[in-house]
Amino acid sequence: MYETNYHRASSIDDAVAQFAKGTDSKFLSGGQTLLPVMKQRLAAPSDVIDVAKIKDMIGIDVSGDTVTIKAATPHYDVAQSDAVKKAIPALSSLASEIGDPAVRYRGTIGGSLANNDPAADYPAAVLALGATIKTNKRSIAAEDFFKGLFSTALEDGEIITAVSFPVPAKAGYAKFPNPASRFALTGVFVAKTKAGDVRVAATGASQSGVMRVGPIEQALKANWAASALDSVTIAASGLLADIHGSADYRANLVKVMGQRAVTAAG
Amino acid sequence: MSTVKLTVNGKAVSVDVEDRTLLVHLLRENLNLTGTHVGCDTSQCGACVVHVDGRAVKSCTMLAGQAAGSNVTTIEGLAKGDELHPMQAAFRDNHGLQCGYCTPGMIMSAVDIVHRHHSQGSGGKLDEETVRHELEGNICRCTGYHNIVKAVLDAAGRMKVAQAAE
Repeated sequence: MYETNYHRASSIDDAVAQFAKGTDSKFLSGGQTLLPVMKQRLAAPSDVIDVAKIKDMIGIDVSGDTVTIKAATPHYDVAQSDAVKKAIPALSSLASEIGDPAVRYRGTIGGSLANNDPAADYPAAVLALGATIKTNKRSIAAEDFFKGLFSTALEDGEIITAVSFPVPAKAGYAKFPNPASRFALTGVFVAKTKAGDVRVAATGASQSGVMRVGPIEQALKANWAASALDSVTIAASGLLADIHGSADYRANLVKVMGQRAVTAAG
Repeated sequence: MSTVKLTVNGKAVSVDVEDRTLLVHLLRENLNLTGTHVGCDTSQCGACVVHVDGRAVKSCTMLAGQAAGSNVTTIEGLAKGDELHPMQAAFRDNHGLQCGYCTPGMIMSAVDIVHRHHSQGSGGKLDEETVRHELEGNICRCTGYHNIVKAVLDAAGRMKVAQAAE
C-alpha cells in the first residue's frame, strides 16, 4: 500500500470537510473493497476519511412501508435485524450471503453501493426494489444512481448517508456465488411492488453492471411463478464473459437465478 | 505517522505507526503478537482473524487507525494463564490442526461462531452444516476440515457448560 493519511470523521459534516482538504481523498467505510484495492496499489488515495463510526450513519429504521438502512450499517447487522427480516426478508437474506462472516462484520451497504462492483449483491436489491439513495446533498432514485462498472451518480465528495427501500408485496434473491470469491457469478433479485408492478434486477451478469431484466419482468407480470420463466430467453449480448463463465452461461444463469428467486419469494 | 491507542488482550497500548499500517502488522511487528498470521493477504484465507470489539474480523483488511479505541483480542489473549480456552483444547483433543498455520484464525473465527449461536438462543447446538458454512472465510490446506469441524462442535458443548458454570 502506498502512503496515505487516515482521518476518522466525527460527523457527516466533518467527513465532507476532511475530504475537501485532501488532494485525492476517498471515503472509507468497512474497507472490505477499498483496502484490498489499495494493498494491490490499484488505488492510492492521498487521504482516507473513515465514516464507519459516525453515529448518524449507523442504524436501521422501519416505519410504515419503508425500510431505511443508514449507510455505515454493516451487512451483519442488516442480516440480523428482526425488523428487516419481517419487512423485507429477501433483503435480510441477501445481506447474510455477502462474502463471509468476517467480511459481513465490516462491510457496509453504503460502501458497497458507492463502489458499485458489477458483481456486488446490494445493487440488485436497490434497483429491483426501486430504493432511494440519500446523500449529504440530495436523494437519488436507483434508476439514476448506477452508471456502469464501478461508476455512480455520486459527485466528488458526496457521501451516501442512507438507503430507503419501499416494502414490496413479495421479493426474493438468488445468487450463484463464485465458489472461490463468493461474489455473485450472477444474482437476480425479483420484486412485486404493493402497486402490482414487477421489477427484476441482475448483478454479476452485464458488462455495464447491475441491470433490469425486461423479459423476466414481463413474464412475471403476466404470471408470478418460476414456471413462467421456462420459455424466457435472455440475450447473451452485452453480458460478461471471463474464465468463470461465458456470456451464454451467464444468460442462462440469469433465468435460472430468476426462477430460484421467485421460488424464494413465494 | 499517527499514535494509535487501543486495548489488546486486556492491556492498553499506544503505538506510533504509519497511517497505512494494517492492524495485523501493528499486532505482529509493533506488539510482537505473532500468533496472528498473514496468509493470503487478500482477505480470503482468514489466518489473520482477530476479535475487534467482540467481532471476528480479518486484521489484514483493517487499518490500525480503524481499530483505535477498540478492544482487540488475539489468539494470545484466549487462554487463562496455563488453562487453554475450550476451543483451543478442543482443537488439540480432536487433532484439528496439522501444520498449524491457519489455526489461530480458525480458532478466533470458531469462537465467534459459537458466541453468535449461543447469543441467538440456539443453546449452543451448532450442527455440522452450519459450522462448515460459517467457516467459509477460513482456508485450511492440510486437514480437509473434518477434524476442525469436529473440534468446533466439541468446543460449542464445552463453552456452553463453561458459560453455565459462570
